[in-house]
Amino acid sequence: MKRFLSGAAAIVRKDLAMELRGKEIITTTFMFSVLTLLIFNFAFDMTSVKVEDVAAGVLWVAFLFSGSISMNRSFLHEKEEGCLSALMLAPLDRSSVYFGKMASNLLLTLLSMAIIIPIFTVMYNINVMERFALQCLTLFLGALGFNAVGALIAAMAVNLRAREMMGPLLLLPVVAPVVIAAVKASGGLIRGESLDQIWVWFQILAVFDVIYLVVSWLVFEHIIEE
Amino acid sequence: MTQNNGSPLIELKSIVKRFGRVNAVNGVSLAVKSGESLTIFGPNGAGKTTLLRMIAGLVKPTEGELVIAGEEVTHGHHDDLRRRIGYISHQSLVYQELTARENLVFFAKLYGVSEPHAKAETLLKEVGLESRGDDPAQTFSRGMKQRLSIARALVNDPDIILLDEPFTGLDQHAASMLQNLLKRLHSEKRTIVMITHNLQVGLEMGTRVAIQAAGKIRFDKAASEIDHAAFTEVYNGIVGSAHY
Repeated sequence: MKRFLSGAAAIVRKDLAMELRGKEIITTTFMFSVLTLLIFNFAFDMTSVKVEDVAAGVLWVAFLFSGSISMNRSFLHEKEEGCLSALMLAPLDRSSVYFGKMASNLLLTLLSMAIIIPIFTVMYNINVMERFALQCLTLFLGALGFNAVGALIAAMAVNLRAREMMGPLLLLPVVAPVVIAAVKASGGLIRGESLDQIWVWFQILAVFDVIYLVVSWLVFEHIIEE
Repeated sequence: MTQNNGSPLIELKSIVKRFGRVNAVNGVSLAVKSGESLTIFGPNGAGKTTLLRMIAGLVKPTEGELVIAGEEVTHGHHDDLRRRIGYISHQSLVYQELTARENLVFFAKLYGVSEPHAKAETLLKEVGLESRGDDPAQTFSRGMKQRLSIARALVNDPDIILLDEPFTGLDQHAASMLQNLLKRLHSEKRTIVMITHNLQVGLEMGTRVAIQAAGKIRFDKAASEIDHAAFTEVYNGIVGSAHY
């Protein structure tokens, strides 16, 4: 267990150090998200559409697309110069590699969210974090589910020829239940619905998070081995 | 660490590796004794890299049996065995955005080295990169990257060293530095299996020489029994007669 945790922690530290140096993923996701928010801002006629009704959808589309770019990029780093082979050579449980990559991407997704939400607030003139604790829980559960299955699919796609295209193409349908539940929970919180009304979406999010984590943990070893 | 009871340290028994309908390795049987330095020559597509990656535990054989240090590891290497293997490829296997020092500390931690920072310093000195330790690997020349790659492979102090085309793209100075390092590692009784296209270097470094072509080992002799001057002709003959 100690080796598992220290291996995963070393991978997280390595990924964050690389990102802090290059700022490649954060810059890309930031630009992409701002562009998405801007396009939706022009697409909707805010005089006829209530911003509370579209806010969660717009936000999660920005998180989803920027997250899939970031996830793909993170595994491409492992493929460059054969680094994934170097990880496979190490006396390390394969699940330790999975949890390390998943955790580092989860942290980067949460960081992206922390950057995107204030921009969204300014652009759409709405405070989506009014029910702060519950909205944070929604964002965390949504990000966890997305990254749990995203790390698995990115590891699978990185060995394919059309990897840049195949990653998001495989990821988006699989991650749909998590995104739908997250949009419903976030939207309910923004519209001021009672906890009873949105509780089911939290349950769906939690269940899918557990399923994705367990399945990914079990199959990751077979996905990355040649 | 080494196995000195006379039985081979690495033993491949009728190993086959199939990718789709292609037999990359086609029934290779090979035994490498502890402390031996085996050079494998062969043309592109002969299955040499696949063979080496199977020994390293990166690829699983489709058929046959792989025995290392007396244990059958056909279906996967256990952690203790992984700690005994150092693998150097024509790719550097290091993170380009990290500094040389960060790379070595990271891999030392993965291998559970007790003092990763001290180990990184020792290795940086050993490969002559101590003055560039804080520079990202992406700023290194090909030769420097290869030296860093060697340091990475030695982070766990392995007694089995696998080298896949380690001289590719190296200038004269870097190649001679690598040669000296390999000679030193061999003198420390480490077992070395090297793949190379460079006949001269391969003959000089190996205590035993094999030629692989079309997925099979077609020549296997002690280096002392080989007439170096006539070897190119032997090699060309074997490679030319192999059917692809």
